[in-house]
Amino acid sequence: MSEKKVITFKGTKEQEARLLKAIESHKGQPGSLMPILQQAQEIYGYLPIEVQRIIAQKTGISMAEIYGVVTFYTQFSLYPKGEYKISVCMGTACYVKGANAILDRLKERLGIEVGECSSDGKYSLDATRCIGACGLAPVLTVNDDVYGRLVADDVDGILAKY
Amino acid sequence: MQTVNIKINGKELSVPASYTVLEAARLANIDIPTLCYLKGVNQIGACRMCVVEIKGARSLQAACVYPVSEGMEVSTNSALVRESRKTTLQLILSNHDKKCLTCVRNRNCELQTLSDELGIGDIPFEGEVSDARCEIDNMSPSIVRDNNKCVLCRRCISVCKNVQTVSVIDAKERGFKTNIGCAFDKSLGEVACVNCGQCIAVCPVGALYEKDTTEKVWQAIEDTAKHVVVQTAPAVRVALGEEFGMPIGSRVTGKMVAALRRMGFDRVFDTDTAADLTIMEEGTEVIERITQGGKLPVITSCSPGWVKFCEHNYPEFLDNLSTAKSPHEMFGALIKSYYADKADIDPKNIVVVSVMPCTAKKFEAERPELSNGGNQDVDMVITTRELARMIKQAGVDFVNLPDEAFDNPFGGASGAGVIFGATGGVMEAALRTVAEVLSGKSLDDYEYKVVRGTDDIKRAEVDVAGRTIKAAVAHGLGNARKLLDAVKAGKESYDFIEIMACPGGCVTGGGQPIVDAKKQMDINVKAERAKAIYAEDKSLPIRKSHENPVIKKLYDEFLEKPGSHKAHRLLHTHYTERELY
Repeated sequence: MSEKKVITFKGTKEQEARLLKAIESHKGQPGSLMPILQQAQEIYGYLPIEVQRIIAQKTGISMAEIYGVVTFYTQFSLYPKGEYKISVCMGTACYVKGANAILDRLKERLGIEVGECSSDGKYSLDATRCIGACGLAPVLTVNDDVYGRLVADDVDGILAKY
Repeated sequence: MQTVNIKINGKELSVPASYTVLEAARLANIDIPTLCYLKGVNQIGACRMCVVEIKGARSLQAACVYPVSEGMEVSTNSALVRESRKTTLQLILSNHDKKCLTCVRNRNCELQTLSDELGIGDIPFEGEVSDARCEIDNMSPSIVRDNNKCVLCRRCISVCKNVQTVSVIDAKERGFKTNIGCAFDKSLGEVACVNCGQCIAVCPVGALYEKDTTEKVWQAIEDTAKHVVVQTAPAVRVALGEEFGMPIGSRVTGKMVAALRRMGFDRVFDTDTAADLTIMEEGTEVIERITQGGKLPVITSCSPGWVKFCEHNYPEFLDNLSTAKSPHEMFGALIKSYYADKADIDPKNIVVVSVMPCTAKKFEAERPELSNGGNQDVDMVITTRELARMIKQAGVDFVNLPDEAFDNPFGGASGAGVIFGATGGVMEAALRTVAEVLSGKSLDDYEYKVVRGTDDIKRAEVDVAGRTIKAAVAHGLGNARKLLDAVKAGKESYDFIEIMACPGGCVTGGGQPIVDAKKQMDINVKAERAKAIYAEDKSLPIRKSHENPVIKKLYDEFLEKPGSHKAHRLLHTHYTERELY
């Protein structure tokens, strides 16, 4: 089936203990998958197969269902986030002002797709919903820094800062 | 029963209060189109094909999930309803891979039928087609998934998750990218799929189908150096006729044999004979474990979907499984030893083809442990549906064929071998033999109707020679899970358990002719096909496995006695724990 980028899982025993504790605290509660996934993402930063497998084994919820939930909500990520999290706003205003071209340039420069992380762990790329800075459209953020009124050629200059 | 008075299209009706609008309309012979709905399996109102106007409701409502109530007025055929359904179907079709002519479900597709019935002249919505769905998953030996044909009805998810509790597929992503498949986009061949094929049986379109082996079978038949032997499972003969327009529950044993001969198979054997052999081996195992204090309960092992389910989900019960191979595997082993010797043919030049109501048998046939001296016991497995396709390709006029009999030396089977095809059948066949062996006399009362029928789990206590045998029968893996959990928790205990992976047993296996959702509203397919199985049993002169002269001769000439060293080498197997994730 489709080849996805393989990133070596570096989970620690300490993280696993925290995850098991989180699962235990929701034991027997209906609808506990969402809070468990949220806590798991806080602990690991993302939800790779290794983490989803532990959740499936401990809760009895199937991997297929867990994966379905993880891929349904954009807040959940299958890939680790980079040191610098780049988010391109794809809200209506940014979209009509050409956010796609900026996103394409970033994909090309970083060699990754949306949702992925560069193999050196430095950059990750996301497309987000409206971040409320429509006056500056099109907008991207790198961690907490905001860059607005962009054209695709601004991308190299922004990346050079990090 | 409490009833309510409603009006559908101006017609006054009194219907049970528990009904949905769809069921009420059906009662009044008013047709409401459906796509995602499948009685008892999937009732989620997702596809919006069954929308109707209900007086007072603020928008069109899905008839399949909308309950009736006193005084309700429904219109199923207004201009608004027709227009809405048509637009919905056009939208579904705009994202569908419309290759009907080359589709495995051509002329047996619920989407195609709807398109015809709703008069979809053209599809005005041109545009992007969901790109999340393009790769065909054909890595499983049993099941192929082509999401380009998928209409996202979710029937396969419902049957896999809720009915079978196998839960290896679900909806992934969201919106336009929504697609159905396994976690982390793995293949069905890489996950804990048990290959039961119930997803295929419920798919309204051609998004799920069996891995086709027909071309390989044709090649073997064409190869003059090969001696090609075919065997047919009990459930095939009570369903094959449906593929040729015959009513559900038609028995076509003689025509099936005649067709196989005309297709060019060198020998046509009956798996039922091997089912008799399974009873001898498994029955002996049951008797030994009961009388000598072995591991109880003994659990049947002829359903390969169930066996793989056990390996993934209940490894603690693997020692309870009967070590007897399934009937067609036993038969393969015998054909390549006993028969090969008799006919003076090198087993390497014999090709054993099994016609099965089952997709899991394709996986089973590839198990490395089901072989002897480097030869797989069974070389190829085709489903009832694949056989029907081959008969059509061969230009055989099936309906007008004469009845012919199976070939010797394995010609005759007992009625006990036939009833393997329905839930409870293996249990009953075993009891017929176990009771007589333990009591040492021939019994007149050998029909164990208590284990027949389509109740989820059937429990029985059978008195045999001063001993009570506690038996249970489960069909459908969700029911098997319930039963095993009760045994595991110590709440219930049994000597002998029969488990079939598919609801209804093999008659409604994943390889059987597909019955559309509309027919399933009116006909209980499990019961109709089972009726044919029990009629076939009744029609046979011998109805107990141990009385079958073919079986007696086999033991006399070759196998010595049930459970002998030779029988163990050829007819028994072992199981392996498999990971769930």
